[in-house]
Amino acid sequence: MKIPLSWLREFTPVPFDISITELESAFVNVGFEVETIDVTGADLVGPLVVAQVKSIEQLEGLKKPIRYVALDCGEDQLRYVICGATNFAVDDLVVAALPGAILPGDFTISARETYGKTSNGMICSLKELRISEDHAGIIVLAPASASVGEDAISLLQIKDVIIDLSILADRGYALSARGLARELAAALGLPYNDPAKSVDASKYAIGTAGVQAIIEDPTAVSVIYLRTVTGFDTAAQTPIWMRRRIEKCGMRSISLAVDVTNYVMLELGQPLHAFDRDKIDGALHIRRAGSDENLETLDGQTRKLNPDDLLVADDKSPLALAGTMGGANSEISERTNSLVIEAARFDPLSIAKNSRRHKLSSEASRRFERVVDPSLAELSSARVVDLLVEFGGAAHLASAKAGEPRFAPIIEIDPNYISVLLGTEISLDLVESKLTIVGCDIEKISNTVWRVDPPSWRHDLSTPADFVEEVARLVGFDAIPSRLPIGKQGAKLSPTQQRRRAASISLANQGYTEVMSSPFVSAEQMATLGFVGDRAKAFRLANPMSEDFPLLRTHLLPGMLTTLQRNLARGAKDVSIFEVGSVFRNTTELAIAEDISTATKPTDSQLAAIYANVPYQPTQIAGVVAGSAELAGWWGNGRKFDWSDAIGAALRIIEETGNTATIQSSDFAPWHTGRCAELLVAGKAVAHAGELHPRVISALNLPQRTCAFVVLLSELPFHAVTRATPVFTMPAALQDISLIVSADITTEAVIAALKAGAGELLEAITLFDRYDQLGDGKVSLAFNLTFRAPDRTLTAAEVSAFRESAGAAAVTAVGATIRS
Amino acid sequence: MSLTTSSLVAAADLAITAIKNAKNLEELKAVRIEHVGDRSELAKANQALATMPKEDRAEFGKIIGVERARVNTVYDAREIELEVERDRRILEEERVDVTLPGRRTPVGGLHPLTILTNEISDLFLGMGYQVEEGPELESEWLNFDALNMPIDHPARTMQDTFFVEPLTARLVLRTHTSPVQVRTMLRQAPPIYIICPGRTYRADELDATHTPVFGQVEGLVVDRGITMADLKGTLDHFAQAMFGPEVKTRLRPSFFPFTEPSAEVDFFFQGRWIEWGGCGMVNPKVLKAAGIDTEEFSGFAFGMGLERTLMVRHGITDMHDIVEGDLRFTRQFGTGRV
Repeated sequence: MKIPLSWLREFTPVPFDISITELESAFVNVGFEVETIDVTGADLVGPLVVAQVKSIEQLEGLKKPIRYVALDCGEDQLRYVICGATNFAVDDLVVAALPGAILPGDFTISARETYGKTSNGMICSLKELRISEDHAGIIVLAPASASVGEDAISLLQIKDVIIDLSILADRGYALSARGLARELAAALGLPYNDPAKSVDASKYAIGTAGVQAIIEDPTAVSVIYLRTVTGFDTAAQTPIWMRRRIEKCGMRSISLAVDVTNYVMLELGQPLHAFDRDKIDGALHIRRAGSDENLETLDGQTRKLNPDDLLVADDKSPLALAGTMGGANSEISERTNSLVIEAARFDPLSIAKNSRRHKLSSEASRRFERVVDPSLAELSSARVVDLLVEFGGAAHLASAKAGEPRFAPIIEIDPNYISVLLGTEISLDLVESKLTIVGCDIEKISNTVWRVDPPSWRHDLSTPADFVEEVARLVGFDAIPSRLPIGKQGAKLSPTQQRRRAASISLANQGYTEVMSSPFVSAEQMATLGFVGDRAKAFRLANPMSEDFPLLRTHLLPGMLTTLQRNLARGAKDVSIFEVGSVFRNTTELAIAEDISTATKPTDSQLAAIYANVPYQPTQIAGVVAGSAELAGWWGNGRKFDWSDAIGAALRIIEETGNTATIQSSDFAPWHTGRCAELLVAGKAVAHAGELHPRVISALNLPQRTCAFVVLLSELPFHAVTRATPVFTMPAALQDISLIVSADITTEAVIAALKAGAGELLEAITLFDRYDQLGDGKVSLAFNLTFRAPDRTLTAAEVSAFRESAGAAAVTAVGATIRS
Repeated sequence: MSLTTSSLVAAADLAITAIKNAKNLEELKAVRIEHVGDRSELAKANQALATMPKEDRAEFGKIIGVERARVNTVYDAREIELEVERDRRILEEERVDVTLPGRRTPVGGLHPLTILTNEISDLFLGMGYQVEEGPELESEWLNFDALNMPIDHPARTMQDTFFVEPLTARLVLRTHTSPVQVRTMLRQAPPIYIICPGRTYRADELDATHTPVFGQVEGLVVDRGITMADLKGTLDHFAQAMFGPEVKTRLRPSFFPFTEPSAEVDFFFQGRWIEWGGCGMVNPKVLKAAGIDTEEFSGFAFGMGLERTLMVRHGITDMHDIVEGDLRFTRQFGTGRV
């Protein structure tokens, strides 16, 4: 909301020496965010006067039209100036800067020779005076709107301070000069004169001669006034001061009738609408659209109406989208001389819905949504009639009223609650004075019971806490001391949080960098990765940021691969990234959510229903690696990432949580069907790792052999405190064994067989060599076996027997041949 | 052989000269065999003692002992000297250029938002707050209704909030971590001291200062006798932990449906006031919806954007850097050095 300080001064005597900083602090301290404060006309120096054009000489032979103009500036003789504009005629009133004047931009006006003439001043445009960006021509004032020789700086109110404030949702009353002046007065401790109190509505009697109001939906409007005026002078112009105020508030001047309704809205805060009386058939009805189909609004758009839209209609058809925008069919024109002024207190929600359904946010709807003072329908409509009578020569025919204003109820509060909640002692006198300033009437029953009647414009003051806020903001938050409360003993991270942190730091220390990729994915991304089953069941956003990415991720890899691509595109060669995050799968039947009151705690069954309808969102931890695992350098050749890096990282995450995994080959997408491990904990698949499928790699243009792992972190079991196993100190005995097995036998199976055969004194088994170039579909595997007894040194014969037994088990179980 | 004092001294002197002349450990080893070992003059003299008259043995034995000790002392000193010399030579031969880049495993790191979240969590854990989390895809009732934001509240429009199909299930991507506060209040009786960090969503286009997916940390305290002074003290402590001990905070009146009074909290940093987040005393309506006795308990809540905190603290000027996952950006932060 933009408001000129000059207007606020009409209602509260703001000192003329107030600084911009003081002005800003005053508003900020009482809770209004200041967007900008613009000092206008500061660099403009007169003389700037109203002048009348007496003669125009068009200079010939020039490339552009140049006029030599005689001006009556109220001086003894005419003044002649050169002017390049052509939008004026003899007798027009214009604004002239005389020699000695300085225009914005440090442009000094002096008498000068140009085009062979002496130019003794300059006729000004709005842009030259920095009043607006309008450079269509020079300013032409309405006939008789000013007198020749009058000071134009004051006439056009050029020197001012324009304050732009953002108004919070609960302070609709502050979308007006009336409301902002009240706040500024409260902030600066100044007296305040309420403009609404100087309106006398009683002189406009209610009667049947004018258009009548009929409320068909009482939930949508509490009170409406219609005032019919006749004999409006169609040629009447908006006074300059009114026009300037409207413009300073960021609106455009249109015509006197429209300007008056806008002016009163800006002054008091009540949106008003003017209908052409001759275009109204019968009475004005406040009703829902129902079966009506279309309405053309003032912005020229034909809008398809929703049955729930709130309308102002006559007996036959819709005339306006209530509280939002008027209709073209009842718009006042330059021939309108009979008007109906509508002022209503509409239901905020109904107007908000009108506005949202039609994506139409107007000055009116913004105010109605934020709640309008119910006492203003009567007063503001009377104020409009006052101005139409004064400046448009109109006469009041009759007024009509329907409904009654509804005011907020009286609240009983304990004034001591304010000190208690703020944590500082605020005297009851101070509380009383602050609540009085905002407009409350207080009846003191006792020192602990006050009956507070909030002012009509403060619908938001409805609970004791609301009054705490009022006092706090007017006393100032700086008055509240700072005290650090002591929390509860024994706070610590939950096991889940500890685990996530440990896994992340571990991966970072292994060279992985954490990313947070976009959770919004496309169906194409999911198809490229070959997701089927649960991973194909994505939630769809009703209103995605981009129609290209309307789905919520079911898996971390789509987003991470996009992040990988971005890094590669920026020149990265060796990338290892990880991410921890929730994934979302639309796999359970969702119930229709019920309306549940918030007046009290919901019942257990209501809560259970709420919780049950929120889908389980498991946490995945995933990594993607491409390029070199070990860099080449002065020390020698590096090493490329391969499938086993991904499996190793996944295993490490699982083992660091105290779990043990078994590994089996898998054909899970998007992995390479021959290079994908499925890791199981307690028989349940909790991770997949390996090299990505070559088709995925080529479709996404990733480096060859890009690998990935995904671990379902939230599915890894937690374990009780570790029970220690003693370490044996007797000497270990080492044995090697080499086997030849068929290449389709997994190493896991060979190890399992060796372990089973080696007996319980086997301490460790390590694969130290693997050779797959034997041909015949065979591979050679060489293992170290470490044996140790708890109580003695093993003899060579014993150990040799264990080795033979292990080898025999491998022969039996996996068809191995023992190499000599 | 004849044993005389002068011959023993001469043999010892000869040995000492040879030891001193040995240029390296190999030469010293040869000298040892000749002058110190079993076949040296002094060793032989020692063996000859047995054949000497008893009355002379003591005297010559003593002289031999003295001379052998003299030789051994010189020998030991020379041996150490030559070993040091050899070590120095070998170490010099093995000298490398230590300024070559050290061989290391590739550098990784945590995302700075994770580091910040960890740091904030640790700060509040130390103050006795539990860290609470909840689902990102959340019930509308918990995200809005329970926070005194009824169905017609402007923030509930599709312009601000991501809704998930089917709309009848009333699921949204949470717009703040406040539903975690609600879940906690519904589950647990006061006193409650929690912070709720996490991912949140609003339908804002990505630009230099906005992102549709962002991080938030909220705090909630519900206890007996909690006042706005407690809120101010907590925010002061938090701000100083984030931005340094000199940082000042200020509260400006504001409006949020779930707090009353409500305020914006700003902090003064590097010469200017910067908006940090929202805060206030928990609206009694919110406490009642969670079944908390408002006669007995009061509370405060606050909420800050993690990205904004990070940007101000680390001088990050463009949100894209935080969002895009460029490793060059993220690796600057390591795993959490301050």
